[in-house]
Amino acid sequence: MQVATKSELSAEPSVTIVALAGNPNAGKTTLFNFLTGLKQKVANYPGVTVEWRSGSWRPDGSDRLIIDLPGLYSLETTSIDESIARDVLKGEMPGVRRPDVIVAVVDATNLERNLYLVTQLFEFGIPVVVALTMIDLFEKRKHQINLKRMSQLLGVPVVVMNAAKSRGGNELADAVASVLERPVSFPFHTETDGTEDENGRIFARYNFISNVVQESVVHNDRDAHRVSEKIDKVLTHRFFGIVVLFAILLLVFQTIFTWASLPMELLEKGFGWLGDAIRHEIPEGILADLVVDGIVAGVGGVLIFLPQILLLFLFISILEDTGYMARAAFLLDKVMSRAGLHGKAFLPLMSSFACAIPGIMATRTIENTRDRFATIMIAPLMSCSARLPVYTLMIGAFFTGQTIFGVLSLGAVLMLAMYLLGITVAIVVAFILKRTILKAEPSPFIMELPPYRLPNLRTIIQNMYTRAWLFVKRAGTVILAISIVLWALMYFPRSEDAFAGTGETEIAANVTPETMQLQNSYAGRLGHAIEPVIQPLGFDWKIGVALIASFAAREVLVSTLSIIYNVGKDEDEESETLIGAVRNAKRPDGTLVWTPLTALSLMVFFVLAMQCMSTVAIVRRETNSWRWPLFMIGYMTALAYVGSLITYQAGRLLGFE
Amino acid sequence: MSTAILPGAAPAANLSSGIKLSAIEPGTTVRVVSVSGGGAISRRLLEMGVVPGVTVRVVKTAPFGDPFEVRLLGYNMALRKSEAELVEVIA
Repeated sequence: MQVATKSELSAEPSVTIVALAGNPNAGKTTLFNFLTGLKQKVANYPGVTVEWRSGSWRPDGSDRLIIDLPGLYSLETTSIDESIARDVLKGEMPGVRRPDVIVAVVDATNLERNLYLVTQLFEFGIPVVVALTMIDLFEKRKHQINLKRMSQLLGVPVVVMNAAKSRGGNELADAVASVLERPVSFPFHTETDGTEDENGRIFARYNFISNVVQESVVHNDRDAHRVSEKIDKVLTHRFFGIVVLFAILLLVFQTIFTWASLPMELLEKGFGWLGDAIRHEIPEGILADLVVDGIVAGVGGVLIFLPQILLLFLFISILEDTGYMARAAFLLDKVMSRAGLHGKAFLPLMSSFACAIPGIMATRTIENTRDRFATIMIAPLMSCSARLPVYTLMIGAFFTGQTIFGVLSLGAVLMLAMYLLGITVAIVVAFILKRTILKAEPSPFIMELPPYRLPNLRTIIQNMYTRAWLFVKRAGTVILAISIVLWALMYFPRSEDAFAGTGETEIAANVTPETMQLQNSYAGRLGHAIEPVIQPLGFDWKIGVALIASFAAREVLVSTLSIIYNVGKDEDEESETLIGAVRNAKRPDGTLVWTPLTALSLMVFFVLAMQCMSTVAIVRRETNSWRWPLFMIGYMTALAYVGSLITYQAGRLLGFE
Repeated sequence: MSTAILPGAAPAANLSSGIKLSAIEPGTTVRVVSVSGGGAISRRLLEMGVVPGVTVRVVKTAPFGDPFEVRLLGYNMALRKSEAELVEVIA
């Protein structure tokens, strides 16, 4: 996977550019993967953040570049996807040459609505080839199609594809070559129809399509294809539908946590081993410290989450590919719209449980900008996987082995409570935003409930690969930089120098040189500086250092605490030594730093605070202004402070320590 | 999929009978007469194939009473009650 540079977008003049256009769920992605194999690139259109994929297709030695347009129902409405597709087809997208051919992907089982887009594609003056997908399903239903007649009526070649079985590639190549040789004239132009108004044009298109379908297709009217509706008798049932939805969510999260634990342990051991190996090779000193404690520990600590991210995208891809996601939006739209959100916000918000970054990127399916921004603003309140190590450490240290009513583990209940807190606050925030600064007319919900299909393995793997790569890239850039900065803040100035003239008296005999170093480092001084502010939350300056560090990325809290408590840098959130150190940490006056209440206060802080530089960067990109990310940092920090304050102070009033 | 779009069925020609799609019980099949309103919602409805003459079967209502599911032109579509109010139908 590479990111295309500008020169590659425009492609050399000798390369034929083929644009792939089609309805969502028409099998476009499967066809794209089949034609290009793994030779794909993902990039963003200049100026906007809609991702686009391109790949080379070389049938019979010819050189073609396929551009995968976003899934579209129409080219005339106002969503970002549609205006981008329009710009590409008009040749008005900067850096992208106007396509030479359009391959229109048409779902044979859903001809009329799919052909609607095709009649719009005719109007760009670019040769069109129709690729019929889902033909096996179509034939299974005992429908018949006269390809020759359909091709005559449409005035363009019609090719039958079965990408899943790798069938039809050569025929498509021939058809593309033939329209390139002799341009075809389309039988259909609404402008010349005499119908000026918009609705008239839509009627004219559907009339044309109706004729084409009636003359070329014999439908089996028995309607023997109600399988999806039968499945939906349960899956969108007014009671069982909701039960199944929550069962699926529970299963997904349960599996993510259990399946991911082994590969995560292995990764962690791997990084630990790598650190040791490097220590062995590089002579002791600042370079070894930088590489091992800064780079390997920092980047490794983030890459550990890769298994969880992969698993979440596995499930999201499966749910999307099978058609279940649309049902989830259908089930929850009423509830979501109460908070002022669109049913389509469900997928982005659910993705945000893994990571807000892909979640925020997924809001692009929401057409109304204000709906979309409201969803973006609350996405980071969904407890992402980076918060997990924090919750795990706190629960592991203070809430293990305790049960409620004798059966429920207190840890599990608290974990669930943290997720629910995030969700509840998100709903309230959305409710307020949609009634104040993001007030808008409700946007249309109108969406297809596609037939259930078996997921395509190739598409799923591709999706996981793309997302994983984005995550790894982030670890290699943003996290790497932050890790080095944090390491430096804690490493300098060296205590030997710092102690020369300060005459510190606080040093007790049991303080190790490492703790002394940290206390006098820049980070330690910052921690001391903010101590008065965070004291009402139950935090001391050491937690302050960890908080400062984790404003870049939440998971950094665990590694920072490991350094602060000097338990070895490769300890994780389940480490007995780190847990022990946290439990036993004492203030200068001998009282314990951490109590269950402190831990709870910290967890609440982490639920609500905006502690992720990458999210800030992505919000800046998606909203195209600094206003929104700054607003997000502001409101979330305020919420976190207040939430944590209430937790700690109310807890003390109730008699907890 | 047995949909014949009435040739030349103009929306203005059928103002007589006034049942709204939102009032149709699940399981009932009706025929679209017109789509009112000139905004983004009615255009999206038309583009998705809710054009005069098309038959629409109301499949079911979502758990909380809204949105609801219809079948037309061989595919299933979800829309909100408020959106279905724009669609006038006859039995």
